[in-house]
Amino acid sequence: MSQELLADKKLSSDDRSGLLFDTADWDFQTIQRTYDAIEDIALNDLGLSVYPNQVEIISSEQMLDAYCSVGMPVMYTHWSFGKRFVAEEAMYRKGYRGLAYEIVINSNPCISYCMEENTMAMQTLVVAHAAFGHNHFFKNNYLFQQWTCAEAILDYFEFAKRYIAECEERHGLRAVEDTLDAAHAVMDQSVFRYRRPSKLKVGEIERRKKERRQHEERTFQDLWRTVPQAKQSKETDEDQKELEERKAQLKLPEENLLYFIEKQSPVLEPWQREVIRIVRSTAQYFYPQKQTKLMNEGCATFVHYYIVNELYDRGLISEGTLLEILHSHCNVVFQPEFDDPRYSGINPYALGFAMMQDIKKICEQPDAEDREWFPDIAGNGDWRGTLKTIWANYRDESFVNQYLSPRLIRQFKLFVVSDKSADNFVRIDAIHDEAGYRKVRADLAASYDITLGEPDIQITDVDFRGNRELVLRQTVREGVQVDQSDCTEIIKHLRYLWGYDVSLEGISSEDDSSIFKVTTGEADDKS
Amino acid sequence: MAHLIDRRPNPREKSLGNRQRFLRRSREEIKRAVDKAVNERNISDAGNGGSISIPSRGITEPRFRLSPKHGNRQRVTPGNKEFVSGDTIDKPPSGSGDGSGKDASDSGEGEDDFVFSLSRGEFLDILFDDLELPDLIKSSLKDTTVSEPRRAGYSNDGTTPNLNVLRTMRNSIGRRLALNKGGAARLKELEAEADELCERDDLDISQRTRLAQIYTEIEDLKRRGRRVPFIDPIDIRYNRFERRPVPATKAVMFCLMDVSASMGEHEKDLAKRFFVLLHLFLQRQYERVEIVFVRHTHVAQEVSEEEFFYGRESGGTMVSAALETMLNIQKDRYATSDWNAYVAQASDGDNFSSDTVRCVGLLEDTILPACQFYAYIEILTEAEVSRLALAGNPGKELWRGYDALKTKWANFSTKHVASRADIYPVFRELFARRQREGQL
Repeated sequence: MSQELLADKKLSSDDRSGLLFDTADWDFQTIQRTYDAIEDIALNDLGLSVYPNQVEIISSEQMLDAYCSVGMPVMYTHWSFGKRFVAEEAMYRKGYRGLAYEIVINSNPCISYCMEENTMAMQTLVVAHAAFGHNHFFKNNYLFQQWTCAEAILDYFEFAKRYIAECEERHGLRAVEDTLDAAHAVMDQSVFRYRRPSKLKVGEIERRKKERRQHEERTFQDLWRTVPQAKQSKETDEDQKELEERKAQLKLPEENLLYFIEKQSPVLEPWQREVIRIVRSTAQYFYPQKQTKLMNEGCATFVHYYIVNELYDRGLISEGTLLEILHSHCNVVFQPEFDDPRYSGINPYALGFAMMQDIKKICEQPDAEDREWFPDIAGNGDWRGTLKTIWANYRDESFVNQYLSPRLIRQFKLFVVSDKSADNFVRIDAIHDEAGYRKVRADLAASYDITLGEPDIQITDVDFRGNRELVLRQTVREGVQVDQSDCTEIIKHLRYLWGYDVSLEGISSEDDSSIFKVTTGEADDKS
Repeated sequence: MAHLIDRRPNPREKSLGNRQRFLRRSREEIKRAVDKAVNERNISDAGNGGSISIPSRGITEPRFRLSPKHGNRQRVTPGNKEFVSGDTIDKPPSGSGDGSGKDASDSGEGEDDFVFSLSRGEFLDILFDDLELPDLIKSSLKDTTVSEPRRAGYSNDGTTPNLNVLRTMRNSIGRRLALNKGGAARLKELEAEADELCERDDLDISQRTRLAQIYTEIEDLKRRGRRVPFIDPIDIRYNRFERRPVPATKAVMFCLMDVSASMGEHEKDLAKRFFVLLHLFLQRQYERVEIVFVRHTHVAQEVSEEEFFYGRESGGTMVSAALETMLNIQKDRYATSDWNAYVAQASDGDNFSSDTVRCVGLLEDTILPACQFYAYIEILTEAEVSRLALAGNPGKELWRGYDALKTKWANFSTKHVASRADIYPVFRELFARRQREGQL
């Protein structure tokens, strides 16, 4: 009798102390309890360093709202977000597409949205994935550290929303919409890709000038004056000189189109300049995310995978929960092959997760090939530290270039297809064999380089003394020019912002020949 | 520590502003699509919103993109099965798509239709954009002649059916408590004492007197209690009603149609469309809209919708019969003080000349003063339109007769309709917002 009681008691106490939860339903206490358990593993086992977390439960309708305002909790109003909403809503209502389980925002505190429809198992997955995986990446990756300001971003968008609403009130919906439309058209070409050196102080400039003069005086050699110079016609020489001067003054060429227009446009009102500033700040904020899709998802997926397995090993979640989580984990990291109707490019979750797991294996149990390819990390035993260093210091392109192992190339059976527009066939350049590994790796890395994936368009000249035409130039690499169908529309938008004619010329990077040219000036002549 | 926040109670429709801006921007295109949809759809679901597809011209967001057709590039793809390096694969012939699904946008001039669904409200808003029945606000909303009883507190007198039991009982309980103060408690006390004394066998004299005293007091208290009535007339309260004027929110729509042999399927179909639009419009303006269908040949009768549109009947044409029937129905069931009357008459315009005179008289004397709006549409074939135009004739028999009324009565309107596409423009024209100067 007493023994039976004891057994009963043990069982029930096991139930109580063991599992964090045992039903699919969630409540706030359960989430909090689970969060604490996850946090313990994330901080004390993995050693992650994260912004404070703010987990918000939202309904599916709110998730749709968040979708179309590019995931931000506050965003200015614009019709294009409405268009996205209408499209997403139609897809969702008809059941073509489900909604994401979560959205996470690079801010401090880090905000994660979780859907109310999720089961408790899914909430566990989502908290581990977003609130710790993505959060760690946002806080530690160099791109996010340098380019975004997590503390201020929510305040900034709050300001942007208010400012644009005020502008709409004061200057009319139409005027604000035209400005925003035009600015959105060149948003992708309006980021600083390279960090500018911070401005020198006034005293510093004086000191440098003096140094340079002293250096010239010291090294003056009268002899050089007598060396004959190449003959040039005086006129072109002067023209050239003037052009150089002008360019130097305006700091041309300029890659950030909206920055240049904001500072130099002769026709914009002050409020329009501020609106343009808002648009390019938004573009700049999202620029790191574009470059780290693979790593960011890889990091988050790796973290949630490790954490849920650890939770199971510690007896905190049941087998059923683990299976449910693994089921959706497998859906997420599924990579269809190229001839599969579901194929739409390489799945960043799949490749990112595989690479993180691979690095862990290389650190722990390297084989001969690993030692040859990754001598610096193979067998170092510290996969936690190695991964954290990688998460902090790489972006997709450099990450693939450095850490894609032959094993994964074989596993994914990657191959390179070379497509030349002149030929009527495509060629297989490399496959997963000894001769092909390096080429596959280099080409895959290049495909993650967004300076190659997006057209390189810069402002090269503006003739302030003549017709004030704004001259843009696309440097065409490998003959890949911009799609002409949108070009005329976009330069019309630019003309609106600039006030005078705008032209865009495609110049080949190989031989400087002109490939195409569009301008707003000619179009006006014709009409 | 994590902050857990429940955002679900937050205000919804955060992106309403975006959606409105988007609708405004694509309004022109949507309007065109809605007009088209109304013409193509069946009558029964003409007003039911639904999916509208518009070309994405005005709502494209141009961005600089690399052309997929030019230049040389390398793609890395997973899932190699049989290729070795150096293999060449012929590109598919142009036009059949190259597997990335972009051929969908290449056909149709690179403009995908953008499909989205409008709610019934949005659909009708766009359909009836800028439309307004003439003098609608003035005559139907301002000149209120209908009143309706509304609850307005309580009163001391009224009829039994309006008795408010709750209030009455509350007063009753209060009064009884006040008049009988301490009575019940005292009664209980005395009864207990009496019982105690009765149980004893050895009562002395003082106790006996006490018992007698108690009994008298009990009797006294009970008498007092009986004198306080359960319900007194002063307790009684009645619900009070006040009559307050309310705008007439009811409309009746009379559909008159000539179904004589001269009206074919085509003519009926056109008339039908006009009635549908009018009905939809009235439904939006009034809480309650009733439709009366009156069809006529040389005799007129009220019929069901089914019979009205699909029934077969043949005979001569006498329009005045329909007008008289309509007047009788209005007199019997739809008093002008409660109902806004709208009349839509569709005909092919044939009538006896003598009857036309009679019709004009009826309209002038009794019908037009009593209704909000009278629309007459004359349905012609294309051939008839050109024949009339050649002859320099403005319209057929009935039209010529009605012509004189148009200038006199602002609520009378006539139009020609020849094809399905004419219906909606005609409808718009009929009810187009009038530039009423100096009037609100």
